[in-house]
Amino acid sequence: MVLSCDGVRKTFGAAVVLDGLSLEVGEHEVVALIGASGSGKSTLLRCVNLLAEIDDGTIRLDGEDITDPRTDADLVRRKIGLVFQSYNLFPHMTVLDNITLAPVRVHKRPAAEAKEQALEWLARVGLADKATSYPDRLSGGQQQRVAIVRALVNNPRLLLLDEVTSALDPELVGEVLTMIRDLKGDGMTMVLATHEMGFARQVADRVAFLDRGSVLEQGPPEQVLGDPVEARTRQFLARIIEAGRL
Amino acid sequence: MTPSTIQQDRIAYRRRQAIRSVLLAALSTAVLGTLLGVLITGAPGWQRVRQSFLDPHIGREFLPTILQGLWLNLRMLVVCSLCALTLGLLVAVLRTLRGPVFFPVRALATLYTYSFRGLPLIIVIYLFAFGIPGLRLQATPNVTVLGGAAIVITYGAYLAEVFRAGIESVHPSQIAAARSLGLSYRQAMRFVVLPQAVRRVAPPLLNDTVALQKDVGLISLAGPIDAIRAAQIGVAQTANFTPYVVAGVLFVLLALPLIGITDWVTLRAARRQNAGA
Repeated sequence: MVLSCDGVRKTFGAAVVLDGLSLEVGEHEVVALIGASGSGKSTLLRCVNLLAEIDDGTIRLDGEDITDPRTDADLVRRKIGLVFQSYNLFPHMTVLDNITLAPVRVHKRPAAEAKEQALEWLARVGLADKATSYPDRLSGGQQQRVAIVRALVNNPRLLLLDEVTSALDPELVGEVLTMIRDLKGDGMTMVLATHEMGFARQVADRVAFLDRGSVLEQGPPEQVLGDPVEARTRQFLARIIEAGRL
Repeated sequence: MTPSTIQQDRIAYRRRQAIRSVLLAALSTAVLGTLLGVLITGAPGWQRVRQSFLDPHIGREFLPTILQGLWLNLRMLVVCSLCALTLGLLVAVLRTLRGPVFFPVRALATLYTYSFRGLPLIIVIYLFAFGIPGLRLQATPNVTVLGGAAIVITYGAYLAEVFRAGIESVHPSQIAAARSLGLSYRQAMRFVVLPQAVRRVAPPLLNDTVALQKDVGLISLAGPIDAIRAAQIGVAQTANFTPYVVAGVLFVLLALPLIGITDWVTLRAARRQNAGA
């Protein structure tokens, strides 16, 4: 298992956001997290990346307990990529500098080599001409693709995608989803929180429905999205269909 | 392509309006200027004031010594503002350090910004320039250096707070993004937070530097002959206030470039924000 979460609990004051959540993700597997707002999808991703500290349970990366307080969080984060809903590119740096910052400063790779790799990636995702642009000159879809490249150049073991298309105009969603589909083709292990049910069905090997801070139901996309066992999953999907999102 | 008739009408109308605006502005300026001129020169004491504040002979006589003093102000301005900016940035960063080891450092930095923002600069200059030599230590620096140190320490406290405001204005998601890439807290600060923070607070920082430039004149209280001290000597010799006016005009001239840069930087920052950056 690349990632295994066991009995993870996370509270913010009185609010219990993750309540004994368990989830396993195998090598080359793509797991889509679905569920209502506040069901804990984003919180789980932040906990896995150690940006938030869990209150109980364990999270293992390649079998190693990363929630042990003695682990070096910086070392763990080097192996996990995280892409945010709001891109969070660094506005004072060019696209190229955004991408090469971690390879050069964290992984201590030669600047020329990091630049070459960044340019290759940009060419691959169709943004070669944007290398010297600043993020505010890019569309949302372009910014999000740069953010994904920025996470990928660290060669992560695991890529976490936190509702990466939620802030995008509908006509820009496709370009980001195409990129993620390509990554699946490359064998990247991914966990993605998403509201795009159609996309989850296409790209995910497994869909996990989060409800009240734990995984209520999980399985192949056709089963969870097409013929859910749990009543709450059915309710959730009914609301999604009502909103015209499936 | 020639604009349509309706657009040509609009262009002609706007041109007429523009000419009207310029004429109106010129007229109102002339009226106000005349009014002020009549009011001041017509005042009963105008002749006396002109003699004691605007005597061209005395002004010319003391201009060289005042200029010589101003050279000291200028040098102090450059050195003090650079030192104060460095000190301010350092203290602001120290205040953001986390972890129990840094508690005393944080506490000291906080105490410093609290006390020196409250303490009048004049008192700090007196304490430094007259208090420190009183300790009779070996190799006490001269009063100019001590006075400069007083200015640096006082302004460092203000600038530290400006820098801190800038650091806090950078959204936490930027730090989260940096940390998620594996950057350490220090690296996130250095490469992501500080560059954005400094850009954002550049206008207020420069504004404080303009204020510092005036206050550099206060070291005359400690003894060194700067522009104000030189003017004071002139006033004492001639019983005429013209040297003060000369020094004042020179200070304004000295400040103009810095004020200009501040306005330019502020304008540029505002434009960038409007552009949605």
